[in-house]
Parts: sequence; structure tokens; C-alpha cells
Amino acid sequence: MAARTLYDKLVDAHVVRNLDAAGLVLLYVDRTVLNEYTSPQAFAGLRAAGRKVWNPGAALMVVDHVNPTAARRVRVMPDSAATRQVDYFAENARDFGIEYFDILDPRQGIEHVVAPEQGLVMPGMVIAAGDSHSTAYGAFGALGYGIGTSDIEHYLATSTVRYRRLKTMRIHLSGTAAPFGVTPKDIVMEVIRRIGADGATGYAVEFSGPAVSDMSVEGRIVMSIMIVEAGARGVVIAPDQKVLDYLKGRPRSPKGEMWERAATSWLALSSDPSAKFDREVTLDVSEVAPLVTWGTSPDQAIAVTDDVPDPVQQAEPARKAAAMRALSYMGLTPGTSIQSVPIDFAFIGSCTNARIEDLRDAAEIFRGRRVAAGVRAIVVPGSTQVRAQAEAEGLAKVFTDAGVEWRQSGCSMCLAMNDDVLSPGQRCASSTNRNFEGRQGPGARTHLMSPAMVAAAAVTGRITDVRSLLGGSHQ
Amino acid sequence: MTPFGQVAGVAAPMMAPNVDTDVIMPKMFLKGVDRSGLGEGAFNLLRFSGGRVNPDFILNQDGYRDACFLVVGPNFGCGSSREHAVWGLEQLGIRALIGTSFAGIFNDNCANNGLLTISLDPERVTELASVIADRSRNDVAVDLAAQTIRFDQGRRTMPFEIEPARKEAFLTGRDFIAATLVYADDIRAFEARHRAASPWMF
Repeated sequence: MAARTLYDKLVDAHVVRNLDAAGLVLLYVDRTVLNEYTSPQAFAGLRAAGRKVWNPGAALMVVDHVNPTAARRVRVMPDSAATRQVDYFAENARDFGIEYFDILDPRQGIEHVVAPEQGLVMPGMVIAAGDSHSTAYGAFGALGYGIGTSDIEHYLATSTVRYRRLKTMRIHLSGTAAPFGVTPKDIVMEVIRRIGADGATGYAVEFSGPAVSDMSVEGRIVMSIMIVEAGARGVVIAPDQKVLDYLKGRPRSPKGEMWERAATSWLALSSDPSAKFDREVTLDVSEVAPLVTWGTSPDQAIAVTDDVPDPVQQAEPARKAAAMRALSYMGLTPGTSIQSVPIDFAFIGSCTNARIEDLRDAAEIFRGRRVAAGVRAIVVPGSTQVRAQAEAEGLAKVFTDAGVEWRQSGCSMCLAMNDDVLSPGQRCASSTNRNFEGRQGPGARTHLMSPAMVAAAAVTGRITDVRSLLGGSHQ
Repeated sequence: MTPFGQVAGVAAPMMAPNVDTDVIMPKMFLKGVDRSGLGEGAFNLLRFSGGRVNPDFILNQDGYRDACFLVVGPNFGCGSSREHAVWGLEQLGIRALIGTSFAGIFNDNCANNGLLTISLDPERVTELASVIADRSRNDVAVDLAAQTIRFDQGRRTMPFEIEPARKEAFLTGRDFIAATLVYADDIRAFEARHRAASPWMF
């Protein structure tokens, strides 16, 4: 058999049948996670057609987008539309026999944090879910990708999706990142900046290389989630011992002899050495600096040491116009040092950056410091378990001592579908993945960066090179 | 999904790159449990500003208010998987999008709802956009069966490519779930093999 990529192997292992000669297949999907806002119309469709869920045991339902993050948590939502959405969600879980974590469940949280935490994501799986950041699961050697509501309905009714094979792109990461201040978030932002917001459209991405092996599983999740901002429609990373160590003993991980069989199978998952990719991208991570976005697309980013770029440098007219519009929306002038830009708000959270390692990074900066006057900073952990762990490790106290609000888990101000919303014109240092116009509230201005960089901005009151706060004594 | 055959009407140019689903359907409109009210949501923060109609937005301008085609910049529909964006465009009366590239999830969502996406070379998109920018020449007719776009008051025609399976689905407006359930036995047989090979997944 010809040499194959890991992506091709995962697809081949899940083809129920070919649907045409051009690569359209019926693909078996092992698992999904459902949220309250992309699933209602799918269940309504099933109800209208009198259809059942093919395999209710393969799905999990988690409220994550609309729930408030206020410290005292109750089941009732403050907003009637959110209440109706959550009520219908619970009704669907009950009627179709699907497991459901409501907002008081100790296992609840953001779907992409909860699913790996529970051991529901295993190497070799195909996982499609109604959220674009479902690429997260690539970090485990599973093929993860996002789908819309019609495809959710199709999946629920058949355990399959209609799927067209993607082209493959390998992103090879060599070198060693700077010891502190340069994180997986910076590395993936650098890749996106280089290939553009549509640079991986139509591709499944495999991350490989020594810098990936060096990275923790949580760091790999960050990259797998964020590369969707370059258009990647699926991510895989070959599983290694670190993945096994992460999964062992999780609630839904296999046990005993079944674990041994699974682990042997998982460690055999990789691209053949001579497999050909349709596109290769390489990056020496030792060249990467902490990054920050200046515009309204995730590829509009610069090193924190740089100045806001001048759109005149853009040759292509539509991109030039887009850059000018972005600068106007963001209230920035070309040539300004990005480190002179003051912030109003600091947000650490989201499926990208609200895991325990992210909170440890942020706490490192907040320890012994205070949030600058005039800045509001909130930390929203990715799950109730992450929250409990952060409290056990003393991180929560570091945050509150620094004047940071310590919240309950949820998607919160990543897309601001709950009551955590910025006001028009407010500028936010954000650990999230999207800086689109209106994303964190109409007129809100978002600068994407790593959690450590957000913390640095919070304590100085302006966008700051986190490396300048490291070493030496704290204030 | 709604079948798509021949559609004729006004086309509006919207050439910015990376128009994302947050812009197409702002989050305030995502709290429903059905598909209602999304026509109001579509491009809401561009169409309206401070409660007033924004005269700068293309679909608020004379000659473009009733557009049923959008000629768009690269990577249209990037971002969140929200299918509400597609439902909203349809409720606004949009039947087809013509551009160079569409973001993956969005493109699939369009296909599942009968909103045709046509990908052309950048030169062709630029040519089309420059003609329809003249509001006396903004009429376009798309014939899916013939795979042609007629424009410039019927004087010019350009062909487009579409995968046969996709074309067939658009022409007939298929129920994909019913079509897949025909293969229920294949799915069950696959499941039995898959369970034997990887029992820990079940």
C-alpha cells in the first residue's frame, strides 16, 4: 500500500461507503459534544421527521456558551432567551437519551475542555461537533472538526456525515522556544500570520517536529484549536507517551487489559515516513516572539516589540481596504508602538486558553502584582474541574490578591453570548481566538495574545512584552 | 433543502476578505431554538447603526436592496460554525454567493440549505464585481444546470465548475438524511467491524 498520512489513515478507517468517484464518502463519526446554541434546530429537525438518535451513548451535551460566570451559580439563567435555550437543551437530552452535564454538574465546562478531561477523546477517533474549535481533538491523534447544525442533525440520525476528503498540510515545528514568554499560542499565531486567515482552507493540518514533541498535551490543544483561524478543517498530531500519560486514569479512558490493547494501537498511529503532503510549512520556533493582533482578523498580528503596520504596504486593493477598515475599527494609527496602547479590560478564558497550564502562566505574572488602575480583569476557567484545581494550587488566591475577578467556567467573553460583554470602544487584552468586529460586543476592540501576555497587560494597563516582567524582583 | 435551478436578479459586490460569521450573524440573534428572525439578524451591525439604517452598507443602497446574489471576497464565512449565518442570508433573499473561496464549515452549511456557492478564479470575480458595481448593469442570471453566469445585461457569460454530486443535490433539493438512511445496513455492518477492531471506543 502507498505511504499514507495519519489523516488519510483516520479517514480510511472510518469510511462506511464511497458516495461518488470524486472522494465524497459516508464517514463514521465516533463521538460528538453538543452545545445549547448550535443544536436546537437539529433536534427540532429530528422531532419533525420522527427520527431517533442512532447512538445516544456516543454524544455528550454541555451548556457552555450562554451560562453566566458570576461567582454564585444557579440553574436559572438571567436572560429568558438563554433560559429557553437551556430548557430545550435539557428536554432534548432527556427525550433522546443523551448524557447531559448541566451548569451545576462538577464535570461541566467548555465542551473542548470537558471532553478531553473526561477521557472521551481517544487517539484514532473521528469527532465532529457543532463548534468550529472541535479541531481541539487533533491534539490526541483524533480527527476533530467542526460542523453546522444540518450536519449535527445528520450525525445524530445516522452516526455519519457526508464527507469530502481534504488536502493535507504538514506544519513542521523545529527549534526550541524561548524559555518563558513564548507559548504555543504565540507559535500558532505566528503560523497564522505567515499563511493567512485562509492559508489552510481546504486542508487538514498535521503538526509535527521536535517542538511539538517538546510541547505538553495542553499546548498541543491550544495549537489544534487556534489553527482553525487559518481555515484548517481538521487537525491531527501523532499520539505519543505524553498523550497516554494524559489519558490514563481519566473517567472514560479504557481500563486494565483494554487500556493495554488501546495504548498499543494508539502508539502505532502516525504518518508513514514517506507520506506526501499537499503542502508543507516549516517554522523554527526559536524565531517566535510573543505576538499580539492589531486588527480584526486573527492573521493581523505583530510581534509585541513592533509598531502598528501601515496599510500602504499592502499591494492588493481589497486587503489594503480591509487593513484600513481594521485600523479604523480598532482606533489605531500606523507607526504607533503596540506597547503604548492602553487597555480597559483583560480576559483570560475560552477553549483556547483556559486550562490549568494557562492559569499557571497567568498567575506567574499576577503573583505579587496588582491589576492597573482603570483596568478590569477576569479569569474564567475552562471547566469546573479546572476551577477546583486552580483553587487547590493556590492560583485563585493569586488572582484575587491581584484584584482579578475569579469566575465560574464557560465560554464567556470569547464570543460574549452570555452577560459578559464589552461596551462599544472598550479595548480588551484577550486570551481567546477571534478578534472579529463585534465579537466581544458591538464596537468592542479585541487584541489576541497568550494568557501570560494578557496578565502582563492587566498589571501595566497597556499592551506589554511579558518578557519585560520576568526575572528580577516583582514590584 | 430548497432546490436551485435558474435564478435571476440583482447582484451586490461585497469584496472585503475574511467576512466572518460574527459579522454575517451577530451573536444577539443566536439565542433562539428555531430559525425565525434571522433575516433581521443578517449583517445587522452593518445594516443598522445606532438604530438607524446605515446608508454606507451596500444592501441599503439604491439598486442593491433586493439583491439575491452577493459577489464576495476571499474566505467568506470564516469563523464560528453557526449555521444561523446561512439561514439569515437566505431569509434576506440571498440565493447564491460568488467568490474565490469559502470557509469550510460555512460552505457545507450553504450546501445543506440550498444556498449555492460558486468559486471562480480571482480575475473572473474581479471582472464580475466591477460590472455589477455599475448599478445599471447589476443584473445576473445563474443557470445551475448549464453551469453559467450571465451578466452585463445579458451580454456576457462565464462558466463555472461544480462537483457533480453537489450539483445534483442542489438541483433536486435532496433530504440528505433520508438518502443516508438507505445505507443503514452498511452503517450497522461498519459499526460491528469497528467495534471489533477498537472496542475501547464504544
